[in-house]
Amino acid sequence: MNIHEYQAAELLARYGIPTNPGTVATTPDEVEQAAANANGVVVVKAPVRSGGRGKAGAVKLAKSAAEARSAGEQILGMDIRGHTVHKVLVAPGVSIAREFYLGVVLDRPNRKLVVMASAEGGVEIEIVAKESPEKIRTAHIDPFLGLHPYQARQLGFELGLEADKVGGFADIVLKLAKLYQELDATLAEINPLILTEEGKWLALDSKVSFDENALFRHPDFEELRDMNEEQATELEARRSGISFVKLDGNIGCIVNGAGLAMATMDAVKLHGGEPANFLDVGGGASADQVAKAFSLVTADPNVKAILINIFGGITRGDIVAHGIAEAMGRVGVTVPIVVRLSGTNAEEGRAILDENGLHAVATMDEAAAKVVAAAAA
Amino acid sequence: MSILVDSNTRLLVQGITGREGSYHTGQIVEYGTNVVAGVTPGGKGKTVAGVPVFNTLNEAVAETQPNVSIIYVPAKFAPDAIYEAVDNGIPFVICITEGIPVMDMAPVYAYVKLKGARLLGPNCPGIITPGQAKVGIMPGFIHVPGPVGLVSRSGTLTYEVVDALTQAGLGQTTAVGIGGDPIIGTSFVDVLELFENDPATKAIVMIGEIGGNDEETAAEFITAKVTKPVVGFIAGQTAPPGKRMGHAGAIISGGGAGTAADKMKALEAAGVAVADRPSAVPGLVKAKLNYA
Repeated sequence: MNIHEYQAAELLARYGIPTNPGTVATTPDEVEQAAANANGVVVVKAPVRSGGRGKAGAVKLAKSAAEARSAGEQILGMDIRGHTVHKVLVAPGVSIAREFYLGVVLDRPNRKLVVMASAEGGVEIEIVAKESPEKIRTAHIDPFLGLHPYQARQLGFELGLEADKVGGFADIVLKLAKLYQELDATLAEINPLILTEEGKWLALDSKVSFDENALFRHPDFEELRDMNEEQATELEARRSGISFVKLDGNIGCIVNGAGLAMATMDAVKLHGGEPANFLDVGGGASADQVAKAFSLVTADPNVKAILINIFGGITRGDIVAHGIAEAMGRVGVTVPIVVRLSGTNAEEGRAILDENGLHAVATMDEAAAKVVAAAAA
Repeated sequence: MSILVDSNTRLLVQGITGREGSYHTGQIVEYGTNVVAGVTPGGKGKTVAGVPVFNTLNEAVAETQPNVSIIYVPAKFAPDAIYEAVDNGIPFVICITEGIPVMDMAPVYAYVKLKGARLLGPNCPGIITPGQAKVGIMPGFIHVPGPVGLVSRSGTLTYEVVDALTQAGLGQTTAVGIGGDPIIGTSFVDVLELFENDPATKAIVMIGEIGGNDEETAAEFITAKVTKPVVGFIAGQTAPPGKRMGHAGAIISGGGAGTAADKMKALEAAGVAVADRPSAVPGLVKAKLNYA
């Protein structure tokens, strides 16, 4: 789960990390007012989560309230990677002496949390990792004891900080690690973390994402959710126990099981088609679930045909077939449907589907070929 | 022969009286697995599918000497269930539960290692040694005994491949679902090592998916240590970056790490025959084994 940059800054501030959050403005008037209040040089920027916002012209320096207004006029309404900018941040300008990167993530290969720090601030960490991995210093967080202060200090010295700067740096490292662990983050990143000309530490930009599986511990996070329409659909699906991800193709996929759902998309592609979505209907594939899946898939006007791929395990094929037939009755589906049903009681299931006028086949390859042909017809 | 579970398995079920726990206990007992006890706090005196229920692991272990535990406890309580199993000396713990937070799994993983126990999962279908023991939620009847060891991050995709193997006359020594989460107790490498050392396993099938780099690590291990033929399949060739594909661990990072293409390349470089579709797996296994 992602949140806005200004919300991330608020969380950092809650943990005692110095930030430069700025004011949220939604109109040029508000931008001008915020700049006037700041009384000095300001930065007007779009609070988008994608990198490359500077290149897109969505970060502008303004020396006066009037300049800020004009920057606001240019940035508001701008389209950045498919997202329209509806609000901007107006933050006091700061004099940057040095820029750093600081982040906490899960180090999957080692099954441990890791702090990453680099003196190459302001650059995407993936790029630094690719081009000059030696510039990234890391420290694993002890799974029982948390991050030790000595580890945070060591990172500071390894980045080449002067002794009188290490204390302030280590303090921010420890606070960010604490935030990550207490709030069940999957990413907590400050980029850049700056040292000002005045020798002060400041988290200039930050990103925080949360573990969806841990939201039961943080019910208050729901209101922070940063969503576009597509993500709203995915969330709605998840609330009914369905995993759904929209893609760009024209063949809707309804599958039981995440691995099989991915393999089904791949099979569609292998047979010359393009999947319109990833969809794992969950274990039972009941009529309710299938009906919900139909409405999710058919909401996409690009969908020209639907492939249902069910491997009956504990769930019997005949039960699934009844579910599909019932769901079709409830949701009017106008595009061709190809069903692949295999596993437990599959033959009985296919017979039921035949009675209901559905193509039912036994193998994934056959089903993929059929659905691609149906979508092209 | 087989790995990890067999006719000597004495199984304990944690969360046995819950909806999932009781249903699957019935299926497991029906398959012929030796289920010796179940635990649900406050459930003492009940039986599920003929299996006696205890309040605590401590009590169940003292009275029934289980050597494997399977967990059907909700995500919120599953970490505690794993600690209870490990602290009571259960050497092999299988966690079916989906949705455990990563922050809970990081200490669980470290603790299980520290205690010298083995955890399979979480978010996995379990493990089956056909004809001897089914310890999981997979449909037992699609499995038959034979020479192929199978390891997978997925559930239904595993059944798909097992079914194809069985239809092609290729039975299985043991089929292991390691789970789809970012932190899992048993990795591809762990299972590959067990299959390499199991005399009955003549060929290994590994089914991976996008996200993380466990398949790449497995490829390195195969190059260095595995002498038996390996056939692979990787799901998610059409998955977009930055999107979680159902499993919590199935995500290509924003930086483009964890793609199916990278994993397939690494496996091919390790001499693994990589199938382009699940139905191609049995043919590749037969070719590797020089079967007609």
